[in-house]
Amino acid sequence: MSDVTYTGQTPVPPVPEVEEHPHHPFLQHHFEDLGQQHEASTLGMWCFLTTEILFFGGIMLAYWIYRLAYPDAWSVASTLQNTTLGATNTIVLIMSSLTMALAVREAQLGRRLGIVAMLFLTLIFGSCFLGIKMYEYHAHWQEGLFPGSAWHWNENPELAPKIQLFMTFYWGMTGLHALHMIIGAGLLLWFMWRAWKDQFGPEYYGPVEIMGLYWHFVDIVWIFLFPFLYLIHGHKH
Amino acid sequence: MDSATHGTAPDHTPHVHVTPLWVYFVVFAALAAGTILTYLASTVDLGWANTPVALVIACVKGSLVILYFMHAIHSTRLTWVVILGSFLWLGVLFVLTFADYLTRSWAIY
Amino acid sequence: MSTSQTLYDVRFVEPARTRNYLNEDYGFFSWVLTRDHKRIAILYLFSVSIMFVIGGFFAMMMRLELLTPEGDLLTSDTYNKFFTLHGVVMVFFFLIPVIPAVLGNFLLPIMLGAKDLAFPRINLLSWYLYVIAAIIGLVVIISGGVDTGWTFYTPFSTQYSNTHVFGTTFAAFIAGFSSILTGLNFIVTVHRMRAPGLTWYRLPLFVWSMYATAIVQLLATPVLAITLVMLMFERTLGVGFFDPALGGDPVLYQHMFWFYSHPAVYIMILPAMGVASEVVAAFTRKKIFGYKFVAFSSLGIAFLGFLVWAHHLFVAGISVYSAMIFAFLSFAVAVPSAIKVFNWTATLYKASVSWQTPMLYIMGFIGLFTIGGVTGLFLASLGLDIHVTDTYFVVAHFHYVMVGGTVMAYLAGIHYWWPKITGRMYPEWWARLAALLVFVGFNLTFFPQFVLGYLGMPRRYHAYAPEFQVLNVLSTAGASVLALGYALPIVYLVWSLKFGRPAGVNPWGAVGLEWTTSSPPPKENFHHTPVVTWEAYDYPALLEAMGETQNV
Repeated sequence: MSDVTYTGQTPVPPVPEVEEHPHHPFLQHHFEDLGQQHEASTLGMWCFLTTEILFFGGIMLAYWIYRLAYPDAWSVASTLQNTTLGATNTIVLIMSSLTMALAVREAQLGRRLGIVAMLFLTLIFGSCFLGIKMYEYHAHWQEGLFPGSAWHWNENPELAPKIQLFMTFYWGMTGLHALHMIIGAGLLLWFMWRAWKDQFGPEYYGPVEIMGLYWHFVDIVWIFLFPFLYLIHGHKH
Repeated sequence: MDSATHGTAPDHTPHVHVTPLWVYFVVFAALAAGTILTYLASTVDLGWANTPVALVIACVKGSLVILYFMHAIHSTRLTWVVILGSFLWLGVLFVLTFADYLTRSWAIY
Repeated sequence: MSTSQTLYDVRFVEPARTRNYLNEDYGFFSWVLTRDHKRIAILYLFSVSIMFVIGGFFAMMMRLELLTPEGDLLTSDTYNKFFTLHGVVMVFFFLIPVIPAVLGNFLLPIMLGAKDLAFPRINLLSWYLYVIAAIIGLVVIISGGVDTGWTFYTPFSTQYSNTHVFGTTFAAFIAGFSSILTGLNFIVTVHRMRAPGLTWYRLPLFVWSMYATAIVQLLATPVLAITLVMLMFERTLGVGFFDPALGGDPVLYQHMFWFYSHPAVYIMILPAMGVASEVVAAFTRKKIFGYKFVAFSSLGIAFLGFLVWAHHLFVAGISVYSAMIFAFLSFAVAVPSAIKVFNWTATLYKASVSWQTPMLYIMGFIGLFTIGGVTGLFLASLGLDIHVTDTYFVVAHFHYVMVGGTVMAYLAGIHYWWPKITGRMYPEWWARLAALLVFVGFNLTFFPQFVLGYLGMPRRYHAYAPEFQVLNVLSTAGASVLALGYALPIVYLVWSLKFGRPAGVNPWGAVGLEWTTSSPPPKENFHHTPVVTWEAYDYPALLEAMGETQNV
């Protein structure tokens, strides 16, 4: 039944396995081939994104619990947001997702300069997003809308604590999102450098693809944050 | 069946499925349109329907990003399981927590 | 029945003379910068053992205090800190990582016929994160500790406690990422790195358990992470996520915290069940009865385990209707666990059992886990829970499953795979003595606590009514015996590294890929990638190859 014996196995002195073909420089030795490595990294990144979905999902749960409890406060608080800037940022981020997807495509086609250019554009759009966000944060700070001891909004004393709660979610959720974008921007720089060194091609484009997966995920979070935080005004529900 | 080399070309390099350019631009246009749409919908008073409309548009946009930008449409079944599983688990978190809040007869609801 | 070298024609080579993962490379940096999953497992073994001793110290102090009804050894504040630190250290730094990071890391690639996990550098990062978290935890302890309970309930933790809440929650946050990355690594490895021929139904049940555990780690831990982030925001900024005065709900904290912390207990027990399956199969020389049932029950426990968390909130102020739902689901989650126990029992039926130490621990495990699990059902019953919640009944319940369960199975696993990991056998009679001390000590410590809880002694109190003293004294006496039982393995296992009998490739005569490579294994695990053509636990083939007939 079995063609493997369990007995008589004296540990043998090592015989190095003969390599039949030259190693791709980025094939890690515990993988059989680049295909397995690619499949593993992609699955790994999707699993990581699962954790991110639940991470952001947790604070979104809290947000929705309170939104349904305090609809009026949420409505009023939403008017404190700059919807134009928020919408602009949404478009900017979607554009960055487009250029990121194109960067992956360039990598699949093995076009070195194309990869660098698209990653660079992604970085530009991402930085634009962060810049606008910083501007918004600064404005909110000036208006006294940072929760805690610096809080100043007291127009409606009954709603004020809940307005502060909303702003806590605003700063918390967009802050965590911005942190992810900053990390993403750093990763983009690293990948631009790797692409410049001509490390990617049709047989090895996995890293760019998983960079893309991360970046697109951060975009999706914002796709939800925008209506949640900016677009509630005027509705009672 | 050696699943370790599933999804590879005969020389064991990764499968490369290059999406045509026009697909990316069409998806981008749809996402931009969705953004404008959700903004416009929020300015109109649809009563109780404002929230579901915003959520549906956001879900459609998110799905487009997942399917086309993240190449889910060309990915393995396992990838689909991971994606759907994540949202399912998020659903469990929401549904069972709300089951408490919505059936309370005291504050905060 | 002997499983020593006389059963096989295996020639022994002193471990030092074979090239293996231990002697491949020397020096501090070859360990601290290693990417070898086996070395990382050893690094974890050191780290978790240190944390276990620290957690045990707090337990010892608590049990000493509880010898007398008055609060005379420790102030109430200090006692609060000690039960908190005992919980934090034992849960986050011992029980969650122990079997996955020590046994899982070592064995998973070997059981799959792979050279390493999918992401060796991420594996090392997991260990670094664990160490960083542990150091932060130690700094917290030295700086005065924390007194909120390991559950950090708000608003006490966010507003009123004047101890190191931020530091502790930050340490738990970092430790959570260690856990997430380990789970991620395991999932990808099981899906993408199995050896040729190793289909899912040929996998050892330990792999199924680790896979289910990894799924729980991946899905549950991020919710703990965000909960702790929100807690840290609230503590530092004074915002009101969970503060009623600012519109928040403290029960929301409990919902979010337990969404992780209940599945967390399945992170602790699923690997233990995996060890149980391996040991039962090896020491009965039989395929586990109902292999597929056991395999799928692991997934079932992982899934159902996510649906029950609010049974920790029964008296916290959730609605009666949701409490009923959660109570029903809590009953349901017992079913797959019971299926496993029935299948192990069926495997034992008409088996010729070898009573070496691993099997002794696993027999203890099966019995004690069953008691712990059944008392969980008592707690899941809404009416009964009103009386026994927050009493020593709960304390006894979770110690039965976590200590009588996980720790016993861990000790079983350490003894079972010690020959493979180190190339040496441990001294059998000392090990059996330790197992006996652990079993007796454990029961003497914790069984009285069921009675105490039922009689109404509350948990987390440093003083109690005088009529509870006798049972408390018994419990402390048991704890001393238990401590001795835990100390012995540390001594003889270290002793065995130098003086233990060389183990050989397969000292137990067990079926499994790990038993086909040398003890200790070479760095790349196998000299040639195995091709698996046999079914899981194919003992008839093993015995045939050995020229033996199956003992029926």
